[in-house]
Amino acid sequence: MSILEGLRLAVNGLLSNRLRSSLTMLGILIGVSAVILLVGVGNGASVAVQQQIQSLGSNLLTVFPSNARSAGGVQQGFGTGSTLTLDDVKAIANRQTSPDVVTAIPSAGGRAQLTYSNQNWNSSLTGTTQDFPTVRNYQLASGQFFNSGDVDAASKVAVIGPTVATNLFSGADPIGQVIKINRQSFRVIGVFAPKGSSGGFNNQDDIVVVPITSAWNYLLGGRGRNVQQIYVEATSADATSAANTEVTQVLLDRHHISDPTLADFQILSQQDVLNSASQTTGVLTLMLGAIAGISLIVGGIGIMNIMLVTVTERTREIGIRKAIGARRQDILLQFLIESMFLSGLGGALGILVGFGLARVLPVVVSALPTPVISTPSVFLAFGISVGIGLFFGLYPANRAARLRPIEALRYE
Amino acid sequence: MITLEGIAKVYRTGEVEVVALRGISLHIPEGEFIAIMGPSGSGKSTLMNLIGCLDQPSSGRYVLDGYDVSALTDDQLAWIRNRKIGFVFQSYNLIPRASAVHNVEMPLIYAGDNQQRRERAMAALESVGLIQRAGHLPSELSGGQQQRVAVARALVTDPAILLADEPTGNLDSESSLEIMKLLRDLNQQGRTIVLITHETDIAGFAQRVVRLRDGVIVSDERQSVATEMVR
Repeated sequence: MSILEGLRLAVNGLLSNRLRSSLTMLGILIGVSAVILLVGVGNGASVAVQQQIQSLGSNLLTVFPSNARSAGGVQQGFGTGSTLTLDDVKAIANRQTSPDVVTAIPSAGGRAQLTYSNQNWNSSLTGTTQDFPTVRNYQLASGQFFNSGDVDAASKVAVIGPTVATNLFSGADPIGQVIKINRQSFRVIGVFAPKGSSGGFNNQDDIVVVPITSAWNYLLGGRGRNVQQIYVEATSADATSAANTEVTQVLLDRHHISDPTLADFQILSQQDVLNSASQTTGVLTLMLGAIAGISLIVGGIGIMNIMLVTVTERTREIGIRKAIGARRQDILLQFLIESMFLSGLGGALGILVGFGLARVLPVVVSALPTPVISTPSVFLAFGISVGIGLFFGLYPANRAARLRPIEALRYE
Repeated sequence: MITLEGIAKVYRTGEVEVVALRGISLHIPEGEFIAIMGPSGSGKSTLMNLIGCLDQPSSGRYVLDGYDVSALTDDQLAWIRNRKIGFVFQSYNLIPRASAVHNVEMPLIYAGDNQQRRERAMAALESVGLIQRAGHLPSELSGGQQQRVAVARALVTDPAILLADEPTGNLDSESSLEIMKLLRDLNQQGRTIVLITHETDIAGFAQRVVRLRDGVIVSDERQSVATEMVR
């Protein structure tokens, strides 16, 4: 008996009991669409988190000074040391010793109180150099960023984030206006474009950026000319680990440290953050998939149940087929194709429903991340549903194939 | 064509042994129309199952068209049933969801014989005079017509023997006569026919009548062939 013949028999058999076939198929349909949708939601969450981290620059390394130790050996908090200098930044940015580094910028700052006219706003102050926008992925909405001349001259100029612009100027054009930062006058020369990151704790749009020399001279008085962080831009996301090694070597040499475990700095790569975030969202996706998978198994048991009923109902037909020459494998194939067709069709419809729900659900429930459905997961879901038909159809089909013809013929 | 030598069949249900056949020896030459008769419990159904290769004897030897059937596997038996035997059952045993012509085709499907399958099925239907009913479902046919479809299905693989088990048991006398005439015509064309029945007038169509009682042959006689039924 050919597969085509078997398929024709299967369709014929399923059509003879439409309600039962569709209800059985519904079990698989719900299972598959749940898998597609929930895995899609998991992937969507993962993509959203990754995008957020990547907006910081995925080829970014951050160098922190190590913990400061007071004279008595008391450890202070992370990044409290003052071992990094502007010369370290220049050395890191040297392409001869560190070919995988595009450039490096220093950063020093803190919270700052801003006032303009009768408005005031508390924001995050960063003192840095002219390469800040490229390294940190900032675009300018209007005006311009300060140049190296401003850094050398310690000009009192500032570039503000869109959140600051809205709160201080409420719609008016900030370019050329003079604001007070911690009671020092600074001229606004540029406004950043929004980065679209989430609000709250770490809002990347709520910043004010000035030349690091100006910050040292006028704003961070009394804390010395130390660099709190160095941002290093690697040539690509893949080059971050090579850049990491190079930066480590440059700094160890400059700080005269021979044992890397005693380094007075720490390097955190954005890739590390990304990896750990992906790991977390990966576990989330797996968990959602597993929950949906349970419903798929329940659907499979439904198929097995119905196939057992079908085999019992068609005992006489099986007897007739055997009497006129059907072999065991013919009967086995007939019922296997039937259960696989049932689950495969249910799976295919489930994929369509899953796609539909993935479109509709984020519109209805806005808190959900936009589901991302990958093509492999669709093929996998279809393959698994056919496999479930095979697995759960095997026992009933085998039972049918083993029926003895005389007993099957006598069955009423 | 068919040779049975010392065939015995014992059924075991739990601890009870039921002896259905005790040493049957029978030779049926090619082209014969033989009727096997006996009251219920005589073992004629068991004999029919053995001749039809639906069951295996407990002891004895059975040779069908040169094949020693007593020592074959399930799949080999399926092949023998498919190629060598055409069944006609009392209750027609057509597949209810399949049209007449599809029912007739079915043995060819299992034979893996796809050459001119539809044509051969139509030819078989024509030989039983039902070509105009080819597309009908069994439920749309009368009992006599269904039995003729069953005969066509039995003939389609051109088997060595036609095994008819009470073929008229569910039919009125007019349809019964039609079926018996059909079987007689097939026999006259050279078909070997084994008919199982408990009705004397049906057995009248056969050239030879074997009577069973309590699992043994009690008589085996030739007779002149009837042309009409006496009821």
